[in-house]
Amino acid sequence: MKKTVKIDVKDLTVGYGSYVLLHDAEYQVNQGDVFIIMGGSGCGKSSMLRVLTGLIPPLRGEVIIDGVDIARASTEEVQRIREKSGILYQSGALFSSMTLAENIMLPLQQYSDYSPATIRELASLKLALVGLTGFDDFYPSEISGGMKKRAGLARALALDPDIVYFDEPSAGLDPISSRNLDDLILEINQSLGTTIVVVTHELASIFAIANNSIFLDAETKTILARGDPKELLKNPPNEAVYKFLTRGEKK
Amino acid sequence: MRKKTENEPLLTLDKDHLLSVVFEGDITHFNSEDFLRRFRETAPAARLIELTDNGIQEWDSSLVAVLYEIIRYAQENKIKCSYKSLPKNLRDLIRLAFADDRKPTHGGTDYSFLESIGKATIDLCKTVNSVLSFLGQTLASVGRFFSGRSVMRGVDFCSALEDCGPKAIAIVALISFLVGLILAFVGAIQLQTFGAQIYVASLVTIGMCRIMGAIMVGIIMAGRTGSSYAATIGTMQVNEELDALQTMGMSRVDFLVLPRIFALILAMPILTMLADIMGMIGGAAVGVFMLDLPYEEYLDYSLRAFTLKNFLVGIFHGFCFGIIIALCGCYSGLTCGRNADSVGVATTHSVVNAIVWMIVVTGIITVVCLELGI
Ligand SMILES: Nc1ncnc2c1ncn2[C@@H]1O[C@H](COP(=O)(O)OP(=O)(O)OP(=O)(O)O)[C@@H](O)[C@H]1O
Ligand SMILES: [Mg+2]
Repeated sequence: MKKTVKIDVKDLTVGYGSYVLLHDAEYQVNQGDVFIIMGGSGCGKSSMLRVLTGLIPPLRGEVIIDGVDIARASTEEVQRIREKSGILYQSGALFSSMTLAENIMLPLQQYSDYSPATIRELASLKLALVGLTGFDDFYPSEISGGMKKRAGLARALALDPDIVYFDEPSAGLDPISSRNLDDLILEINQSLGTTIVVVTHELASIFAIANNSIFLDAETKTILARGDPKELLKNPPNEAVYKFLTRGEKK
Repeated sequence: MRKKTENEPLLTLDKDHLLSVVFEGDITHFNSEDFLRRFRETAPAARLIELTDNGIQEWDSSLVAVLYEIIRYAQENKIKCSYKSLPKNLRDLIRLAFADDRKPTHGGTDYSFLESIGKATIDLCKTVNSVLSFLGQTLASVGRFFSGRSVMRGVDFCSALEDCGPKAIAIVALISFLVGLILAFVGAIQLQTFGAQIYVASLVTIGMCRIMGAIMVGIIMAGRTGSSYAATIGTMQVNEELDALQTMGMSRVDFLVLPRIFALILAMPILTMLADIMGMIGGAAVGVFMLDLPYEEYLDYSLRAFTLKNFLVGIFHGFCFGIIIALCGCYSGLTCGRNADSVGVATTHSVVNAIVWMIVVTGIITVVCLELGI
């Protein structure tokens, strides 16, 4: 069965102004994949994610999501894509002046025509899905870092997105919470068929969830390897990838 | 004070151009300035530097720093340097410090004078560009609001209004009372010399209503509310909340700027009125209790000096200041950098910019009023 391509990146250059972080990036993310963007610190993973989500424009090349080039699309088209994607930021990025329920209700109020009561119910449901039953009326400052991430995920899932992006989901979490979040990611991927794009350098979760990946390299500013990380570990294409996947062991 | 080490390393240069540095005993809290200066004076003549351990007992980072300096100097000047006899843990630290994977890849560039002028000019153009685009977005957002398509939340407006309205009353009242007091006091000293102290009443009334009330409220609110706008929105930038808003496809301006501008536009004229009244009461306190002017007469002169025209000009100032404070606060917040440090910078900018622009606008309004004869 041939999978449909969800995100198609062509000849992409990522950077800020005249400072290039990555060039000639080409890759595809298929519908229903758990796709990992990995690489050392400062190689431009978060920047790549910012380009994919349209927060910064690409210096060159195209990012095509559902057949639409996001850098050149009209505002309405970009809007439509945004409604269909959820993002979990590194810190959760919950709005601190609103309760958890209000945070999740916000996108629903904006983009759906459910009645207020239904919206409230949906918000409760999403919170329950991420294991935060009963925390509806808590403010972000009243919950822990791991809970913030889960609440952020609940908000990202509010509009039943086709794609969810994660920036370092396990950063700052203890091993158990990190594992739970991984399980949650897989659960969402399998039960809802959501395409997942994760930026991470946490090896345990890379091997646990990924079925496709790219490896970014700061030195050559290119994609050094691609494919299932488990395969990459078995047949490492080069030293850098092997070192990364084995925590710095020599070949 | 910490005790200085007695064991200065021994520095000797022999006739074969061998510079030997011998370390012995305790080397802790070592102020190496003198030693390194002597080292740099001697070193150019050396072809080989040898660092020798002659029984180092206790040591701390100050010794490692000296070793680091010496070895770096040797590397930069291509002098051979041997330190094999140093204890292993010291050598390990040095190896760690010279590991080659910790060089910054970019940034920290030094600019020449001309380059920095060019860079400053480009930065200025960028700033002008971003200010104009912010103003444009705000206007568009106001337009959306009046055509009912804005995503501003009523709750946000109410909480912004509560913050810059009721909660600001006490401080505004106190400060303007004191300013009225001071105005009357300073005026009285002059007016008393030719027995015209009753005109203190007119002075305070005109001064407060026409301009002082609005300016005092403006300065208080720039420091109190404008800065808090900048800090709140700046913190949202640091927490990636602004990114989240943008990727949720919601206008930051609708969501964050609009409620704050509306709240200040509503609150400022009312606060200005309050300031006018409190200033006049302050003036009256001086007039009645210090200058012993009869109360009825003071009131009479005050009312005679009070004109609707002056009063409205004052209120108009308040209205303009409200817009300026809100715009400066929100702009600084939205353009805030991504670390905690930049929130402080954004806050400072918001206050300074607001005060500068308030003064500029006051100047403009004054000239226009003069031309129109108001
Ligand atoms: N707004 C910006 N302007 C200029 N340079 C930036 C900006 N943001 C990030 N950079 C630079 O881009 C580089 C990559 O940053 P990025 O955050 O994408 O790295 P990363 O791969 O996510 O690293 P980490 O794993 O540490 O999060 C860094 O060297 C950083 O200095
Ligand atoms: Mg990152």
